[in-house]
Amino acid sequence: MSLVPVNEPVVNPRAPFYRRLPVVSHFQKSVGLQRGMLVAGLILTAIFLLTACFAPLLAPYGYSQLSDADGNFPTQEAPGGKHLLGTTVGGYDVLSRVIWGAQTALFVIVVAVLMSVVIGVILGLVSGYIGGWLDRILVVIADAVYAFPSLLVAIVMAIVISGGQSSLIGGIFAAGTAITLVFIPQYFRVIRAETVRLKAEPFVESAKVVGASNTRIMTRHIYKNATRSLPLIFTLNASEAILILAGLGFLGFGIEPSSAAEWGYDLNKALADTTSGIWWTGLFPGVAIVLTVMGLTLVGESINDLNDPRLRGRKAAGATGGPDSSTAAQAAISADVRGI
Amino acid sequence: MTTLIDAPPSDADGILPASKKTSGGGLGQYILVRFLLIFPTIFILVTIVFFLMRITGDPITTAMGGRLPAEQLQERIQNAGYDRPILVQYFEYLGQLATGNFGRTLSDNRAVSEMLATYGSATLELSINALIIALLVGIPLGMIAAQRRDHAPDAVLRVFAILCYATPVFFAGMLLKLTFAVWLGWLPVAGRAKTSSELALTSLQAPTGIYWLDAVRSGNMAALGDVMAHAVLPAVALGLLTAGIFLRLVRTNVIGTLGKDYVEAGRSRGVSEFRLVTKHAYKPALIPIITVMGLQIAVMLGGAVLTEKTFEWKGLGFQLANYLTARDFVAVQGIVVLLAIIVAVTNFIVDIVAALIDPRVRY
Repeated sequence: MSLVPVNEPVVNPRAPFYRRLPVVSHFQKSVGLQRGMLVAGLILTAIFLLTACFAPLLAPYGYSQLSDADGNFPTQEAPGGKHLLGTTVGGYDVLSRVIWGAQTALFVIVVAVLMSVVIGVILGLVSGYIGGWLDRILVVIADAVYAFPSLLVAIVMAIVISGGQSSLIGGIFAAGTAITLVFIPQYFRVIRAETVRLKAEPFVESAKVVGASNTRIMTRHIYKNATRSLPLIFTLNASEAILILAGLGFLGFGIEPSSAAEWGYDLNKALADTTSGIWWTGLFPGVAIVLTVMGLTLVGESINDLNDPRLRGRKAAGATGGPDSSTAAQAAISADVRGI
Repeated sequence: MTTLIDAPPSDADGILPASKKTSGGGLGQYILVRFLLIFPTIFILVTIVFFLMRITGDPITTAMGGRLPAEQLQERIQNAGYDRPILVQYFEYLGQLATGNFGRTLSDNRAVSEMLATYGSATLELSINALIIALLVGIPLGMIAAQRRDHAPDAVLRVFAILCYATPVFFAGMLLKLTFAVWLGWLPVAGRAKTSSELALTSLQAPTGIYWLDAVRSGNMAALGDVMAHAVLPAVALGLLTAGIFLRLVRTNVIGTLGKDYVEAGRSRGVSEFRLVTKHAYKPALIPIITVMGLQIAVMLGGAVLTEKTFEWKGLGFQLANYLTARDFVAVQGIVVLLAIIVAVTNFIVDIVAALIDPRVRY
């Protein structure tokens, strides 16, 4: 996704703490269509999070359950009756697999994004602050990895971590680490660029004069300032993480059905069903992926647009309307220049 | 996208003086430096891939482990030279790569380079088809969204763009297949062509491997129709993924240029709104789009892997999935390295095109 360095929206610094939180402050600046997209995204994301957290309560059966008190589940049964969304060729309940899949996706997102944030931020800070040959080498490596198809990077990492064998217990961890390598360059680039810019700022110089150590300057002064654009990358990466996880699962690098439910794996198994007209095994996990990614992307896109004055909708733009909206955009830019 | 870093001085020394003759300083030098940058990029990716793949052990044990008795396994490892120090193997691999020798696959014992040539053309064909769809869908819709900004068409198109991005290409493919191939029966379910037309096309003299091109060259209209019918669904599935990104890009950039003074001047002269968007605002908006296209090539190759698996399109991605299942990591490594080269070269071309269009890029 785009890696435009962004500025947090200018909010009144005296506003109460909760109003200055990233998403809340964006919500207050949004109008009309933009607010609708942000709200829709937040709702979809909330549904995803709640499903993931309460999967054990919501799912009628376990993710690897093949039978209940009445005996074995039928295979490839059409939706309806006891199995609301039908059963797969292996005899799993589709609804339960879809619900449990949200939990797997959330685990992987958390592992992948946390690890890449930590490693990417540290590398970015050190590289940008110290500079020199270390900086050069890291930038070249990060650029090379960044330019490469992310799915292939993840495949290579999945081979390394799970040795090509689908591991059982470490499945989530393996997938998360594979995705981490894809994301590190993104965090690295953003943080490094900010660090290089901030290094020349007077407050860093004054910290040096006062006698602060390099470590302290990096961890206190620069770190706090350089990480402002992270919420945006975070949401966009979370959605990309789901897509990569599903892609890995679809290619057979997913998590075994006996250890967790994973949407991509289910789609892989459903591929063979489509030719015989069996749609429910593929449709529902696919819709789950689409809705989750859409929710996260809507939130990320809205934040991105609201941070960019050229794209931010204004109340005035909504009122004047007409095909002449470029004038409104122009007005928005000049309004921003004047500092309104 | 690609940051300019210093080219390795050893390579640059011999060639730089020559460029002074051909160029007036700016463009020629930029192209040269940018060209030399291809090599470190490929070199880094090859190095990373090689060492990462070897962390797990030698390829023969991974591919055959458990299926061959221990002594036979040992013998094969020794024959292939995988028992030597890793650094020796690494430099040998680099040397082989430089001469175009990618080794032999373990699972079906064929030359990797030959495998790449055979299946690469199929992937190329798929990517070209998908790119055409993406441009045909993305650019006009992006212009409409920019023109009707903050109105209903814009809202619908923006949600459509996000939907394109949010739908995994294999799920989109599955839905298309289910609807148009299985239920409606309009288009074939999978593959690149019927067996009969495939035979006719591969028996041609010096085939390009791009089926529609071969069909046109040989004048085989029945085969052309067949190939086209097979190409529609995969191209749409993969094309829509990128179309969403193009739509968004065109929209953002056209909105940016629509606010410029010269557009206002055009409007005051009585230029129609349609012409303002399609001519005045659109052309300058193209520059950022071309630069981003370089990154889209990488996205598209990743998507091609999944599309090919969905439609049994016998290209690199389809083979990659097969070799992954067979744990044949020599073949996997070969495919990954080839894709790395393609990505590096396309990025180079895109940067040059951007520099030709916009002189400000040549810094």
